[in-house]
Amino acid sequence: MIRDITIGQYYAANSLIHRLDARLKVVAVMIYIITLFCIGSVAAYGLAIVALAAVVVSSKVPLRFMLRGIQSIFLIIVLTGIINVFTNKTGVPLWGRDWYLITTGGLSMAGMIILRLMMLIIASSLLTLTTTPIQLTDGIEYLLKPFGKIGVPYHEIAMMMTIALRFIPTLLDETDKIMKAQQARGADFETGNLMQRAKALVPILVPLFISAFRRAEELATAMEARCYRGGAHRTKMNQMAFGTADYGATALCVVFLLAEAVLSIWL
Amino acid sequence: MSITINHVTHIYNPGTAMAKTALDDVSMEFRDGEFIGLIGHTGSGKSTLIQHLNALLKPTSGEILLNGENIHQDKKRLKEIRQRVGLVFQYPEHQLFEMTVYKDVAYGPTNLGLSLEEIDRRVREALEVVGMGEETYEKSPFELSGGQKRRVAIAGILAMQPEVLVLDEPTAGLDPKGRDEILDAVQEMHRRLGLLVVLVSHSMEDVARLADRIFVMHQGKVAFSGTPKEVFSHAKELEQIGLAAPQVSYILEGLRQKGFSIPKDLYTIEEAAKAISDCLQGTKP
Repeated sequence: MIRDITIGQYYAANSLIHRLDARLKVVAVMIYIITLFCIGSVAAYGLAIVALAAVVVSSKVPLRFMLRGIQSIFLIIVLTGIINVFTNKTGVPLWGRDWYLITTGGLSMAGMIILRLMMLIIASSLLTLTTTPIQLTDGIEYLLKPFGKIGVPYHEIAMMMTIALRFIPTLLDETDKIMKAQQARGADFETGNLMQRAKALVPILVPLFISAFRRAEELATAMEARCYRGGAHRTKMNQMAFGTADYGATALCVVFLLAEAVLSIWL
Repeated sequence: MSITINHVTHIYNPGTAMAKTALDDVSMEFRDGEFIGLIGHTGSGKSTLIQHLNALLKPTSGEILLNGENIHQDKKRLKEIRQRVGLVFQYPEHQLFEMTVYKDVAYGPTNLGLSLEEIDRRVREALEVVGMGEETYEKSPFELSGGQKRRVAIAGILAMQPEVLVLDEPTAGLDPKGRDEILDAVQEMHRRLGLLVVLVSHSMEDVARLADRIFVMHQGKVAFSGTPKEVFSHAKELEQIGLAAPQVSYILEGLRQKGFSIPKDLYTIEEAAKAISDCLQGTKP
């Protein structure tokens, strides 16, 4: 039950996509998402789908892992679709009138938005599925570095992300344990009205918060005991380096961008 | 109350790549009023086993009988089972959440839907058994010492008036004084309330001193069972699975090898002290 929650899940496999530099992957996903919202023509969408499919296949991650991401925002996708169908009144009217008029323009707009959202989710879940949390935060730290000049604490942000990701499974385990301990004292989380159920959460949340604070304090002490003092002058055990595959992938990204530009502007 | 564990097997995450057999065809019998010691290494299946005793986990196969009745027979009675079999988890002080000691101990009885007078009676009795005085009732549980917090948490289970008390490593992480306080309280409960006590422990000394019978778990199976004397006579085999007999038995063995006449099968510090002093008096000219 509670162990089914997966956030930023990593799927261990040995594929070309897994080995790519995290910085490149972060930038590529950002560019891909921006592209999704700029392109207009059917051919441009076709190319974006083909490109995504190619990456999914070469990542060796089973498709169901990405579909799980879509599942979690299924409601949002459906709602967005419905709103678009009824708010866009361009094109040929098909059915209904006034506010519930459905037109071809509305339908194609809704279809496009749904497609966009699904591709967006698949692309971003691909990033976390093929990149370990450590690589990901290292990559983000590097990419945020330029903003350090205007006062962005990039190293601290990256460290906070690492710690947060690291403690998700620990806190889930802890929740499980506390729930069982309170059940042993006759706690009941499954029956009762909304108010009673909300109240039943107090005996879980209070111990959970206390334990989270205790862990935070212990971790802070442990870090200080090892003379941790932030990002300045720290070196990394694994230096990120751009290899041949990364240059190749960068070139492919540029080609993709140019092709998308050509397809949306001239076609 | 007696508990029968009948060929219980438990597999975590069955049918997936992470499937793990935590219990493998385990059978045990605990009789009314006994003091049972359950020992084993980390990952031997002790914690999994005791979570079966109050139906927090359901066996993959096999059955658990309370007084001859299968505990999973009727889903509606789970709450009643959990009241009758009190389970004290490892580090139970981590489950404290109320503003005062009194309220926290009252949480369990309140969940049972008892009257205010009955709750009050049970809370006072439970706190008294674990040796917490009335001056602590209105304190926040978070300002107590480690040993006190743990005793309050155990009182929280006792206030449910269970017929069986299961304790998972109740002395873990405590200083010697805290450890003695807890074990004294457990012994007191066993004696005064006549509870069937199941004590999970790493410490051979504690188990040797307190338990009537011992079960040794190894890799999800029962490796040895019997009285402390029977179980600790397998010192060699216990060492092979990463455990040991109580330390004092090694001292006595060393003395025996040096030619002192000390009887075998002594496993508690009190017995050993007596045997050594008898031996010394005997060798005096």
